[in-house]
Amino acid sequence: MTEGADYAEAGAHTSLEEGIGEWRSYVRRRQAIHAVDVDELEDHLRSQVSALLEAGLTEDEAFLIAVKRIGELDELSREFAREHSERLWKRLVVAPDEGEESRGIGRETLVAVALACAAAAAIKAPELLGLGMDWNEEFYARNLSLFVLPFLAVFFAWKRCLAPVQRLWLTVPFLVAAVAINLMPFASGAHTEALAALHLPIALWLAVGYAYDAGRWRDHDQRMNYVRFSGEWFIYYALIALGGGVLMGLTAFVFDAIGMNAGEFVGSWILPCGALGAVIIAAWLVEAKQSVIENMAPVLTLLFTPLFTLVLLAFLGAAALTGSGVAGERGVLIGFDLLLVVVVGLILYAISARDPEKVPGLFDALQLVLVICALLVDAIALWAIATRISEFGFSPNKVAALGENLILLVNLGWSAVLYVRFFTRRVAFARLERWQTGYLPVYALWAWVVVLVFPLVFGFR
Amino acid sequence: MNIGKDLVAASATPMILAILREGESYGYAIIKRVAELSGGELQWTDGMLYPVLHRLERNGLVKAGWGRSESGRRRKYYRLTDRGVEELASQRQQWQVVDSTLRRTLFRSFELVPQGG
Repeated sequence: MTEGADYAEAGAHTSLEEGIGEWRSYVRRRQAIHAVDVDELEDHLRSQVSALLEAGLTEDEAFLIAVKRIGELDELSREFAREHSERLWKRLVVAPDEGEESRGIGRETLVAVALACAAAAAIKAPELLGLGMDWNEEFYARNLSLFVLPFLAVFFAWKRCLAPVQRLWLTVPFLVAAVAINLMPFASGAHTEALAALHLPIALWLAVGYAYDAGRWRDHDQRMNYVRFSGEWFIYYALIALGGGVLMGLTAFVFDAIGMNAGEFVGSWILPCGALGAVIIAAWLVEAKQSVIENMAPVLTLLFTPLFTLVLLAFLGAAALTGSGVAGERGVLIGFDLLLVVVVGLILYAISARDPEKVPGLFDALQLVLVICALLVDAIALWAIATRISEFGFSPNKVAALGENLILLVNLGWSAVLYVRFFTRRVAFARLERWQTGYLPVYALWAWVVVLVFPLVFGFR
Repeated sequence: MNIGKDLVAASATPMILAILREGESYGYAIIKRVAELSGGELQWTDGMLYPVLHRLERNGLVKAGWGRSESGRRRKYYRLTDRGVEELASQRQQWQVVDSTLRRTLFRSFELVPQGG
């Protein structure tokens, strides 16, 4: 049934005003037809209806005929698109359509920019206290996420109108992190310090999720929304970073051309301030464009899932043919951790964009193959590492990497089981989704353990 | 009679310009005027008029502005600009050429075709 027939039918058994209202919303869904055009078309529709009413038709009849005369919506929106082709390229950030209510978009922009500036200022503030960037690398590495993520949390606390109690809860992880990481007496060049610096952003990022979900972090749908947000944020951040690289390169170049060395300024001002400010700006862009552009993370997932599957299959084949095992070095463990992270990410984003009602398809099969390959590859790596640990004993790095490996392995293992059961139609796809969102706190917990417990256990080495 | 899509599209511009030459108007009234002038022979799909009007506006041949209808509803009115008047004159010459050519060839050729055989 065409849409024209849809709304005509809807109009047949409602009042004229309701019919017109419904027709408006149908037309409004067309990207090429803007709100002002709908106003113009509505005036036309109403003129036509009143003329037909005067001629003696009933309201229903008049509405039906008037709608029919305006024409098929598909054809109409094609004509509009031909005349206004620029409208097919959705624009970001620019003011919303005239006539549409702009719910404080201007204010949100101001808040985001102000918070970005605050983050940029925060990274330079310690210098006033004599903590220069060149001499205190460890201090900056430990605190990097604390310079910016609190501002991101503030942004979402403001945007989601968090209750005072929720705001109070939100400050807890940031305070705990700030106190713990700066008071712990790390030995010089301690591995546990590097590990804490690496895991703190993850721990705090999930704390920001509490603000993003407006405190409803137990809600699985909300969690999935935060996952989607994180993926989009990452892509935006990467794009901004590319632009920032061009900006810095050109700055250095033009000043170099007149014999001035701008490298110092670029390195100590543009890079740190820009990198932190961009965290907020990217988040704000994702929020602003949510409804404007197709999400990119699932598209990339679609592109890379087959490629990663192929690579892993090839690796397994090569390993089986040559019979050579994996060298059980520390770097290898981290490398395979990264591999698992990527595979979990591919699954997570494929799930986030999938319609849970759909029956198992080719892409789901591909995902299952990918998961099984990743499990096999990881089994090889784990074997190599286990031998190494039994030879040389535990170290903070090895334990951290091993813990992550096991966490991801459990996730992938159960995902594989769920996929198989999904294929045999014994569970709904929603179960897979819930498994992934339900697993998120495990990552948070582990990150906090590495930050807070590891230094104590390993004596700040 | 069913007039072909291409011909309707080609004749829309001069027709709209000519109707606006009579004075400021709006979409629905233009459609009604076309139907009236053609004795109901020329039927446009109503909605299709608007993309054409917007193109004329973009090309500076007409100027649009929001006003109110008799019943107080928001309505978009169109009027001819100076460039629109020039364009209308040029269109008129073009259509005259087409018209006279057709008269000399196509219509006479019908008369020359042996009837009945």
